[in-house]
Amino acid sequence: MPVFILNIPWAALLIIVPLIGMLLAFLFSSAARWMGFITVFLNLIAVLGLAQELSSNGVFQHTVGGWSAPLGIELYADGLSLLLLFTTALVSLGVAVYAAGYFSHSKASSFWPIWLMLLTALNALFLSSDIFNLYVTLELLGLSAVALTALAGGRAALLGAMRYLLTTLGGSLLYLLGVALLYHAYDTVDIQLLSQRVEISPVTWTALGLMFLGLSLKTALFPFHFWLPPAHSSAASPVSALLSALVIKASFYMMLRLWLELFSDFGVIDQVLGLLGALAVLWGSWQALRQTRLKLLVAYSTVAQVGYLFLAFPLAGGNQVFAWYAAGYLLISHALAKSAMFMATGNLLQYGNHDRIADLDRVVQRLPITAGAFAVAGVSIMGLPPSGGFIGKWWLLESALVSGRWDLVTVLILGGLLAAAYIFRVLGYTFTEAPVPHEAKRVPPAMQWIALILASASILLGFLAPQILPWLNIGDALIVVEAGS
Amino acid sequence: MSSAILYALAGAGVFVLGCYGMVVCQHLLRKILAVNFMGSGVFLVLVAFARQSQEGVPDAVPHAMVITGIVVAVSATALALVLMLKLAEETGAASLKDSDKQ
Repeated sequence: MPVFILNIPWAALLIIVPLIGMLLAFLFSSAARWMGFITVFLNLIAVLGLAQELSSNGVFQHTVGGWSAPLGIELYADGLSLLLLFTTALVSLGVAVYAAGYFSHSKASSFWPIWLMLLTALNALFLSSDIFNLYVTLELLGLSAVALTALAGGRAALLGAMRYLLTTLGGSLLYLLGVALLYHAYDTVDIQLLSQRVEISPVTWTALGLMFLGLSLKTALFPFHFWLPPAHSSAASPVSALLSALVIKASFYMMLRLWLELFSDFGVIDQVLGLLGALAVLWGSWQALRQTRLKLLVAYSTVAQVGYLFLAFPLAGGNQVFAWYAAGYLLISHALAKSAMFMATGNLLQYGNHDRIADLDRVVQRLPITAGAFAVAGVSIMGLPPSGGFIGKWWLLESALVSGRWDLVTVLILGGLLAAAYIFRVLGYTFTEAPVPHEAKRVPPAMQWIALILASASILLGFLAPQILPWLNIGDALIVVEAGS
Repeated sequence: MSSAILYALAGAGVFVLGCYGMVVCQHLLRKILAVNFMGSGVFLVLVAFARQSQEGVPDAVPHAMVITGIVVAVSATALALVLMLKLAEETGAASLKDSDKQ
């Protein structure tokens, strides 16, 4: 195809297109929705172009403005970045369709510019190759996410947004302190150069501790998850979908990248992360089971699913590379399934004006597509075959069995059972009549169908593992680099 | 060389003070100020490390990082202040205590 023969810097486009889209959506607020659609569509094309570039030329590197490291900013894309960029593009498409129907005109003129800024920040983060640029994009991401959360207005959303803002700023500053220490010790911020120079020393231990503490705060790893349920449950539904599906994954991606490139020799940290992940799975699932409101249930489910991602850290020691594949797979299938779940919840909120689980009034009869979307997304969250969530959890289980980690096997099984419990609890109530039947409001079909489509995509992932894995391997992203080599 | 280390330690101290303030203070304005303390602590650490570099002249890269950090901190503080004002308007008090009753 002739267009790919031109040397288009797809990575630069991935950042420029949402940025320009944001400016245009802000300036022409009456056409904000169309700016959003066009931007998201072009974003997907750019990701596909980047994929084409990666498959033919291997790892993609681009120096911005011709100024190279250590002083310039370099864009770097390998298999792991591509996976996250693709997830972002897919979820963005879904959220664009959903948000078009969800927001009234006044809120829409605020939503689209801020969201396109979030998209810019996400793309820039996944393409960054030095730790300071990661800080800048992380801050941009955090500020846009907070602004989107506060957009819903009202007491709960503002409180959730404020708590989120303070936590995210604290986390970024901890991370920045770690960056300062690493720069002082090794004289560079570029990840490739750092990976050659890093050695085990008190400075690196401190930097590692600070950076991972800050990033754990932003990923809502137990016990730093306190800000997530209020923020994600009080935000508008398309915003909750974005927050749970994409924003949390960005800081997890940073931890993964830093671990794989720089810190993989620091033994005990992966066990600590695994322990916290296990606690997150159990605590999050247990809290989800106890909730009476659907949005809070889905938010606590996010806390639990984030724990699963961290279980890959201890399991991947001893060359179990499938644990990293599992984390990547869980990342993308959770993004699709959780956004579908939040969209379904948003539909239910619009339909009945409340999200009390016990009062869900015959949803299966009156909103079958939405109930179906919730159920199908639930299949992936539970880890039932055939779904992307099943593949991810199966690989984690396999790595745990091979390594003899019976404690993690127990956690994985218990987590699956608890997830099944809270999903089926909700589904049970969708079949029953509420004690006080209420007027059903109409939900636009586009909003219902997009939830079902995203949920089905997470199921489809369960069939596509052999096609997806070779992409993850581009650039040997998930092979651990030896420190000091 | 030792004066630079002293400044770096002072920066670390300011950072810890900021962390303490953010956790303990009830009023949102104090929390926001505490976050700014944390930021200033990190910037002081960066500048102290720049002073301590091998050559005679201070290293300019941490200075660039501090400037970027200041810009980010200003934007973040602006957002935090607006959010606090809206929260005070909505709930009548600038604190996060209300969120515990759900």
